[in-house]
Amino acid sequence: MPVLEKDGAQIWRRHTLREKLVRWFGWLLGLLVFAICWQIISESTTWFFVWDAPRIANDIWTRATPPRWEYITQLGRPIWDTLNIATLGTIIALFLAVPVAFLAARNTTPSALFIRPVALLIIVSTRSINSLIWALLLIAIIGPGVFAGVIAIAIRSIGFCAKLLYEAIEEIDHTQVEAITATGASRWQVMAYGIVPQILPAFAGIAVFRWDINIRESTVLGLVGAGGIGLQLSSSLNVLAWPQVSLILLVILAAVVISEWVSAKVRGAII
Amino acid sequence: MSHRELDDMLGRKWRKPHFVTNPVLRWSLIFGFIAYLIAAFMTIEVDWGRVYEGLDRGWQFILAFTRPDFISRAGDIWGGLLESIVMTVAASVVGILISIPIGLGAARNIAPLPVYMICRGIVAISRALQEIIVAILLVAIFGFGPLAGFLTLSFATIGFLSKLLAEDIESMDKVQAEAIRASGAKWMQWINYGVQPQVMPRLIGLSIYRVDINFRESAILGLVGAGGIGATLNTAFDRYEYDTAAAILILIIGIVMMLEYLSGVIRARVQ
Amino acid sequence: MGLSHCRVRGLLMLRLQKLTKTYKTGDQALKAIDLEVPKGQVLALIGPSGAGKSTMIRCINRLVEPTSGAVMLDDTDLTKLGPGALRRARREMGMIFQEYALVERLTVMENVLSGRLGYVGFWRSFLRRYPQSDVDEAFRLLDRVGLLHMADKRADELSGGQRQRVGICRALIQNPKLLLVDEPTASLDPKTSRQIMRLITELCRERGLAAIINIHDVALAQMFVPRIVGLRFGEIVFDGVPVALTPEKLTEIYGEEDWEATIEAVDDDEDVEAAQ
Repeated sequence: MPVLEKDGAQIWRRHTLREKLVRWFGWLLGLLVFAICWQIISESTTWFFVWDAPRIANDIWTRATPPRWEYITQLGRPIWDTLNIATLGTIIALFLAVPVAFLAARNTTPSALFIRPVALLIIVSTRSINSLIWALLLIAIIGPGVFAGVIAIAIRSIGFCAKLLYEAIEEIDHTQVEAITATGASRWQVMAYGIVPQILPAFAGIAVFRWDINIRESTVLGLVGAGGIGLQLSSSLNVLAWPQVSLILLVILAAVVISEWVSAKVRGAII
Repeated sequence: MSHRELDDMLGRKWRKPHFVTNPVLRWSLIFGFIAYLIAAFMTIEVDWGRVYEGLDRGWQFILAFTRPDFISRAGDIWGGLLESIVMTVAASVVGILISIPIGLGAARNIAPLPVYMICRGIVAISRALQEIIVAILLVAIFGFGPLAGFLTLSFATIGFLSKLLAEDIESMDKVQAEAIRASGAKWMQWINYGVQPQVMPRLIGLSIYRVDINFRESAILGLVGAGGIGATLNTAFDRYEYDTAAAILILIIGIVMMLEYLSGVIRARVQ
Repeated sequence: MGLSHCRVRGLLMLRLQKLTKTYKTGDQALKAIDLEVPKGQVLALIGPSGAGKSTMIRCINRLVEPTSGAVMLDDTDLTKLGPGALRRARREMGMIFQEYALVERLTVMENVLSGRLGYVGFWRSFLRRYPQSDVDEAFRLLDRVGLLHMADKRADELSGGQRQRVGICRALIQNPKLLLVDEPTASLDPKTSRQIMRLITELCRERGLAAIINIHDVALAQMFVPRIVGLRFGEIVFDGVPVALTPEKLTEIYGEEDWEATIEAVDDDEDVEAAQ
């Protein structure tokens, strides 16, 4: 924040002229990039459909209401499958994430030079690819069905859980570990007594948090054929059965709300 | 503390006190969970023959990562990638701009009740609806193409950012804001001087994080026709062109890693 | 200076020979330390922060690897031991920490029993199935420090003084020959500090344990400990009985300061900050 001398009087400005120019240029550049992006989007848009959108939206709304309530009787099994995909996927992911996290944390990795980068690679690659893409891939490999969904959710969750977990491991209090080491405990005992109790609350929190997210994600896995309620959504959409679509969307909404409530309750109980 | 008490204790077995103290509740929880797991496993129909066949294809896919094919579908890949990036940039800009007023409105300590209710409602709807489901509806309304994807991502950004921004404002230091208000500042000045400096660093950090998420999500919107690299990827899987799929996945992972690195650098600088 | 009557070989508990520690940064924490601790002797290690007190204690049980020199416990050189033998040697040395270093989320009883980890197998310790003799000993120790009624409380529910008592139990249940005590009173108020120091020295006497107590509070050291070793810049600059610790000697250890108040304050209840 410079103070300028002008005609003997001191003038305070927040930025110097140079800083101002840089700032304006930055904003200009940002605007330009946005304009180009908008241009590209607009080019590949059929504007006739867009102007027609309110009418279509209204049309869909009238068709979709009221939902076809009696269809709920056919949704029992898909809901059960969805729950299983999320829960089993989370459990498998946790089993795999724990060793990966220990290999990735700076203070527990056996080799920071060779093993840690591999663990980090596993984390980043499983994390950056959406579960729907994993599902696509798995369906191509092992065929459609609930099993592909479970594995897709599991793979996607490994990186997420392992990342949060290894950050928790790196934050532990080292003197507690030192104290257990000083008793003459073996490597595994140090792990079980010095490290595990310290990260257990974080672990439980991560597990419930991820389960909540997985419920959301597993509701749509069916769109690509990986089982669960998404399958019904997909087939209803294909035949334009809007009253069924609206019912399914309501069910998904309810599932999301309930799972968020459950995970908040469980987290409250643990911490 | 008396020695009598010690004499009572000696020779007695010691067991760690259980996390759930009520034994009936504890055992029913354990048995309930095991019963659920068994039921869940029973209902997953796994065609092991198909899985066994798939192992070979899975191996082919892993091998594909050693020789990714960027060339044969170069046009599709770069076109899709560009569309994904364009959607990400445009949606992030629009989403962030809209989420700032909504975030302010959703903070109970600065917004009047009616505004608060409306903004919280928007946040809740945006968070409860999956990106992919929103995309399906928007594609049905606006037609295929990146416009639907752009709108989807903007909508999702609003729910994410507004909620976190509102929480941040609600937990800010009251004294600083009151000091500005005490100087007789107008509402806008008060927000500008009392609130903005406190939440700005985190807002920037969260925005960059959201750009990262938007890119990842943009990779799947193509599955339902909302533009981006997802469509190319889907085609690659359908045609069993694993080397093209591997190339696309490598690109996605690379860009996500770069964004993560960038966001780390920027967050470290603003805080 | 040296307590020559203890030099008889058989009575020696611990001997440091030219013990040196140079950190990767190039800091020389210990410069060829020679020290002998007879069986059953309690020794206080004083000196300004950064003098190498903590490093020295940690070099003895190799929580910090010494750069060179030897650590002779009885007749074994600890610096030459492989991982398994080192673990067995660590069982002989109980350690008490500055910030208690209890595993906060485990119960008091689990913390005490964790002192037996070197003696029980992994699965036994994992399932908390300790031998009855260990459990009884844990109860006895908790009773001795007045915490028997707290056995099933979680460690983070305890006050500072209570936690340090649990830390003492954990060190003693190892049935050690030697106690390594690192700033046991640094996080405690003056009254509790005295109680803890009294407890440690009493327990050492009862069990005939040797101990090295690393402490920054000169007055406390003079009150409870018969032999004081002063460390400065990784070298021993004083070794003698408490009364020999004159202002000149303190100046040599800590640097220029008015030390009269410190020495007179021995009977005062006020905590005296000796560290500059």
